[in-house]
Amino acid sequence: MSGHKPEKDDVTGVDTTGHEWDGIRELDNPLPRWWLWVFYASIVIAVIYWILMPAWPGISGYTHGVLGASDRTNVARAMDQLHAQRGKGAEVLKTASLEQIERDPDLQAYALAVGQSVFGDNCATCHGPGGAGGKGYPNLRDDIWIWGGTLEDIHHTLTVGVRSGDPNARMSQMPAFGRDGLLQQSQIDDLTEYVVQLSGRKANAVAASRAAPVFAEQCAVCHGPAGKGDPKVGAPDLTDNDWLYGAEPADIAGQIYNGRGGVMPAWGPRLSPETVKALAVYIHANAGGQDK
Amino acid sequence: MPTNLSARPAPLPGSGLLLALVVFGGLLFTVAAALTDDPLFRMSCFVFVTAAVLAGFALTAGISSGQLKDEPDKYMDGVIRAGVIATMFWGAVGMLVGVVIAAQLSFPDLLYFPQAGWLNFGRLRPLHTSGVIFAFGGNALICTSFWVVQRTSRARLAGGIAPWFVFWGYQLFIVLAALGYVSGITQSREYAEPEWFVDLWLTVVWVAYLLVFLGTIWKRKEPHIYVANWFYLAFIVTIALLHVVNNLALPIDILSSRSYSLFSGVQDALTQWWYGHNAVGFFLTAGFLAMMYYFVPKRVERPVFSYRLSIVHFWALIFIYIWAGPHHLHYTALPQWAQTLGMTFSIMLWMPSWGGMINGLMTLSGAWDKLRTDPVVRMMVVAIAFYGMSTFEGPVMSIRAVNALSHYTDWTIGHVHSGALGWVGFISFGAIYCMVPWLWKKEKLFSNALVEWHFWIATTGILLYIAAMWVSGIMEGLMWREYTPQGFLAYSFIETVSAKHVENVIRTLGGLMFLSGTLIMIYNLIRTVRMPSVTQGDAGAPALSAPATA
Repeated sequence: MSGHKPEKDDVTGVDTTGHEWDGIRELDNPLPRWWLWVFYASIVIAVIYWILMPAWPGISGYTHGVLGASDRTNVARAMDQLHAQRGKGAEVLKTASLEQIERDPDLQAYALAVGQSVFGDNCATCHGPGGAGGKGYPNLRDDIWIWGGTLEDIHHTLTVGVRSGDPNARMSQMPAFGRDGLLQQSQIDDLTEYVVQLSGRKANAVAASRAAPVFAEQCAVCHGPAGKGDPKVGAPDLTDNDWLYGAEPADIAGQIYNGRGGVMPAWGPRLSPETVKALAVYIHANAGGQDK
Repeated sequence: MPTNLSARPAPLPGSGLLLALVVFGGLLFTVAAALTDDPLFRMSCFVFVTAAVLAGFALTAGISSGQLKDEPDKYMDGVIRAGVIATMFWGAVGMLVGVVIAAQLSFPDLLYFPQAGWLNFGRLRPLHTSGVIFAFGGNALICTSFWVVQRTSRARLAGGIAPWFVFWGYQLFIVLAALGYVSGITQSREYAEPEWFVDLWLTVVWVAYLLVFLGTIWKRKEPHIYVANWFYLAFIVTIALLHVVNNLALPIDILSSRSYSLFSGVQDALTQWWYGHNAVGFFLTAGFLAMMYYFVPKRVERPVFSYRLSIVHFWALIFIYIWAGPHHLHYTALPQWAQTLGMTFSIMLWMPSWGGMINGLMTLSGAWDKLRTDPVVRMMVVAIAFYGMSTFEGPVMSIRAVNALSHYTDWTIGHVHSGALGWVGFISFGAIYCMVPWLWKKEKLFSNALVEWHFWIATTGILLYIAAMWVSGIMEGLMWREYTPQGFLAYSFIETVSAKHVENVIRTLGGLMFLSGTLIMIYNLIRTVRMPSVTQGDAGAPALSAPATA
């Protein structure tokens, strides 16, 4: 077994170790010096870092390091700096009214900058980065408002949310006329024609006329006798041909059948009051906001 | 040796016992399938039962026909041939899924299938990661380790039928895990998604693997244990330890596919990343270094550069790697002192990692001309270069200040893929290009030109991939930390996603090129296997009793 003896490798002139496995031999080269010294240096760096920074755990606590560095302290300091940077503008926003903010160019510019950032982080998930919305998520760039489009309306919607569980939330609930058996499928089909006709599109006039009494009885309470809606109760206008859950007759029939209603969180408890104000100003300015 | 044609040859030791266990297991899982209320658990039981039926028939046929005969004077190569086929099959599958999910990130509108939940990114992503790491990489490690330990120990694999059990048991683990991912069985631990019953099965298979490997080393006819076998052994032992500890969990019911981890909160996170990082260290580094330590010197026919370096870097690597996991949890609820240790041990890991690179590259001294003439050598050398690059990039990214920018970005994805595609992929391809002619007794590969094509297409693909991820990773990291002059975040998350579109498309293209290279390789290997065999004098299969020849 010990038949292997070190021999010289012809190419490099270095001795082998004398071992051989399946024809593979090993040279007896020393550790490369640069490798060894860099390895030592990395150990020295690690030890220095341990001396300076929190490093080794003990029975109770850990070594805090001579620099006294602490992530918790750093985070607190960074937050203070951030608040200082937000500083004056944030202070004024606290006391200024929404109208004052919108009228003062400096304040408005500040509020728009805040609003854009906050919108991207909180609202864009549903309403899209540009606020154009999507099926089930209202478009915030047009002049159509389910719950009203004045500064005050928008601010209130933001604060309490829609069907959010907040005690003061904007609440409306369209009945699920089909699912809950309130109307027959044939009545829903007729109503669909009626609603299509309301929006100014071509519809089956006979079916629509059959549905007129049903509309007056079931829908006019919220949407109004002419279907113009009412932002006070969150009932959409059915005559503007703008549709939250789709414009196709099948979409409209589906909405009558299921009576869907989306949820928007209440931002009052999540964001600071001045941030909600800034957001209201931003949304109002970027959409066709209503003046009163 | 005289052969008695009338007598049926003795089957591999343990075949009868395994058949009995297979029948018992099949019955057990039939009962479990009947009793459980959990449809996902029942599906998994059916997979076990199907495997038991197939294994039962195969064992019975093998024993009665005499095909499963014991040949104690020969190396056991059939299981390695099966391993090569499995490696290439799972490699193609895993890489294909990778290209699909890269395309989903590039074109989310086109490749979104609301009606087919199992095709969603969240289900396919673990299928890709486990497919390439554990199915492709794991099979490559198992089959090369079976080759290397036999040749460098001059001993037949220990354990009779056990190596075949390890091989097929591991394939069963892969199928169970993969079906689980797409149907929604997951414990949501990255790279350890399979649930408790699949974990238990893998534990059984892995212990059998360890015993086969140790048994073969035990009966070796060489005085020393070759360095490649140290690395393989470190890989097998440590993976067993990591797997068992990280998957400690209590099933909610013995007939349920769900379980709860024994750890919670930050302890749970740290256990997971102790596991996750050492899966990189011991599966993707130590295991594939073992491959390099055999196939590079064997292919270039030069001695390993330095025995001393191999000892020192081996022990330094083993000792230091196990501490580095906390660098995955910088700036989290993990105490700062633990982050410090994770970072400093990662920095100290740089040179121990590079020891393998030096030993690999310097082994070519006196044979550098082979880089020009032998594309397989070039592939393995480029693998070592990518190994060196990603084991330098790793310590850099573990530094807290760097990590503050790089963490959670595509930079991490790029880093992983320079290691996975460049190092793990290329060194495995090199080893398999070496082994296939040896295993199937061919004079050489079908086509060196196709290896050239594979090399250049795949290398370009890797470079496109990692360059795109560097750009998009650093870009999104900078966008995330950008503030407006008023002190508010400048970009919403979705804007940083949109900004990466071009890089995502380039990444998909790079991945597609890498996959194409693999398909070229599979074609080349199939043509090689179908070439006429040489009957005598190949270096791959010397008789066990004869001294090894180069």
